[in-house]
Amino acid sequence: MGIVSPGFTGRRGGGTDLPPGQYLTHEFPVLSAGPTPHILTDHWEFTVTTETGEKYKWDWAALTALPAEEITKDIHCVTRWSKLQTTWKGVSLDTLLADVETGADFAMAHSYGGYTTNVPLEDLLDGQSWIAYEYDGEPLHPEHGGPARLLVPHLYFWKSAKWVRGLVLSDTEDLGFWETAGYHEYGDPWKEQRYAGD
Amino acid sequence: MSDYLDGNAAAGALSELFAVDLTAAIAQCNGCGQTTVFAESRLYVDAPGMIARCAGCDTVLLRVVTTPTNTYLDLRGLTYLRIPNS
Amino acid sequence: MERTAIRRRLTWQVATVADVRRETETARTIVLDVPDWPGHLAGQHLDVRLTADDGYRASRSYSIASAWDDSHGSTIELTVEQVPDGEVSPYLVEVLKVGDPLEIRGPVGGWFVWKPEQEGPVQLIGGGSGVVPMRAMLRAHAVAGTTPARLLYSVRRPESVIYVSDLKELAASDDVDVRLVYTREAPAGEPRVGRIDAELIEQYAFKPEDGATTYVCGPTPFVETVADLLVAAGHDPARVRTERFGPTGGPR
Repeated sequence: MGIVSPGFTGRRGGGTDLPPGQYLTHEFPVLSAGPTPHILTDHWEFTVTTETGEKYKWDWAALTALPAEEITKDIHCVTRWSKLQTTWKGVSLDTLLADVETGADFAMAHSYGGYTTNVPLEDLLDGQSWIAYEYDGEPLHPEHGGPARLLVPHLYFWKSAKWVRGLVLSDTEDLGFWETAGYHEYGDPWKEQRYAGD
Repeated sequence: MSDYLDGNAAAGALSELFAVDLTAAIAQCNGCGQTTVFAESRLYVDAPGMIARCAGCDTVLLRVVTTPTNTYLDLRGLTYLRIPNS
Repeated sequence: MERTAIRRRLTWQVATVADVRRETETARTIVLDVPDWPGHLAGQHLDVRLTADDGYRASRSYSIASAWDDSHGSTIELTVEQVPDGEVSPYLVEVLKVGDPLEIRGPVGGWFVWKPEQEGPVQLIGGGSGVVPMRAMLRAHAVAGTTPARLLYSVRRPESVIYVSDLKELAASDDVDVRLVYTREAPAGEPRVGRIDAELIEQYAFKPEDGATTYVCGPTPFVETVADLLVAAGHDPARVRTERFGPTGGPR
C-alpha cells in the first residue's frame, strides 16, 4: 500500500554483492538508542561471566597486550545500509575465551549505557568475532562504540554491541534490547532475518 | 553533538496506536520517579526503533518498533501515564 | 466547532501539492491540498513519508506553518529547511513539484500547541526553522488572540529569515512584538550580532511575573540553551514548552 514519491531515490546507492534489501553507503552512519557513554580507557573493564558465575576480567592494558588482528569485513545494518571493506583492529574472542571454562551455548553482550544483545556462543568463536578498539587506523571513536565494541560482522550490525563491557554466558537463550522489541533473535543479513519470525 | 529530539516527535507513531495524544500526557519514570510531560522526554530516532528516555535519568521510557506485520510497544519504563479525560 | 477534538487513530493519507513558495535559498513553503483535513491546532506537526519505486522509505516530522480555519478548507502549509546531506528535506525543497502526491500522517502533537482561549501572554522563541510552528501560532493569534504576543527569532543572517513579509505585517499589530536576533551577520543599522543570551531574554521576553506561556523551538542545542536561560531567569519550567528538531533521521 502507499504511493511512490515521484523522483525520490533516497540517500543511497545500489550494489550487487549486498544482502537482500540492503543499500550501499560510503559514509558510516551513527545510530544511537541513547546518550553516547564516554568511557576512559583507565576505567574500562571487560568481564566474561560464565554460566556458573565465574568471572574473567581484562582492563585496558590487559586487552591491548593481547595479540591483535587486522580485520577487513563488510557490515550490514538492519536499517538497510551496508558498508563494504571496513577495517578494524581488535582481539579475537577466540583469544579472550581460550581459557574460559564453559559449556554454555549462548552469550549476552552487555554495554556501558545498558544496551544488550544476544548471540549464540558459537557465532563468537572460530574467527567470527572480535573486541575491536581501532577503526580505519584510528582509536575507535565513542560515537562508533569506543573505546571498544563487539564486532560480529556476519550478523546484522546491532549485534556488534558498541561500548561493550562484558559477556554473560548462559545455557538458555535470553533476548537483548532489540530482540525483545521485535527484532530477530539471530539476525543473519543474507537470510534477511530482520524481524522476529523472519 | 545532540543526537536526540523530544517526545513531540513521537506523536505520529503513537497516533497510529492510540486514539488520544499521549505526548501531552504526564509520565512518571520508573527509574527515578521524575514526573514530566511525555513531550519533554528525549527521543532517539536514528536507531532500529524509536526510543524515548527520561530527561532526568536516561531510563528507557518507551520503545516502538514497527515491523511489516506488527508494531511492538514497550512501556516498561513508565510507572504511569496521566491523560486528561476531556 | 472543535473538530480537532475527535478521537481517532491516524494513518497515512495522500495529499497533493497545490503550490510551492521559495522562502530563502534553502527553505521552501509547500502548500498541500488534503482531502478531509480535520483541522489542526497552531503548533501541531505532521509526518511526511517518501517511498522510492523499489519500496525504500524515509519519513520525517514537519511543523505545520499555517493556522487553520474553515475558510482554508482543505489546504495546509509546511515550510521545510533543507538539511545539508539530508535525505528527505532536499527532496521536499528541490524535487517535489505542484501536482505531486505526498504521503502525510497528521495532524499530531498536543503539547507544543497554542489555543486562542489559553490565558496569559504568549512568548515565542524560535531558532532557524523553529519559527515555523510559531508562524502558525501568530497567524492563529492574529485571528483570535486577545493577549499580547512576542516573538524572538534567532537567525544566522538577514537572508535566512523566512516569512519576511508575514513578519512585517504581524509586527505592525499593536499586540505583537517581533524581535530578530542575528547570530552571524546583521543587517545595516543592527549592531548586535550573537546568540540569544540572558541579557536579551531580560530585555525582550515577558517577565516571569507576567504569567506568559513560553514556546521554544529549534535545533536541540538551541532549545536546551534557551530553556536553561529562561529557568535561570526565574521562569516556571512548567510554563516553558519546548520542541526540538535536528538533522536526524527517523524510523526508516
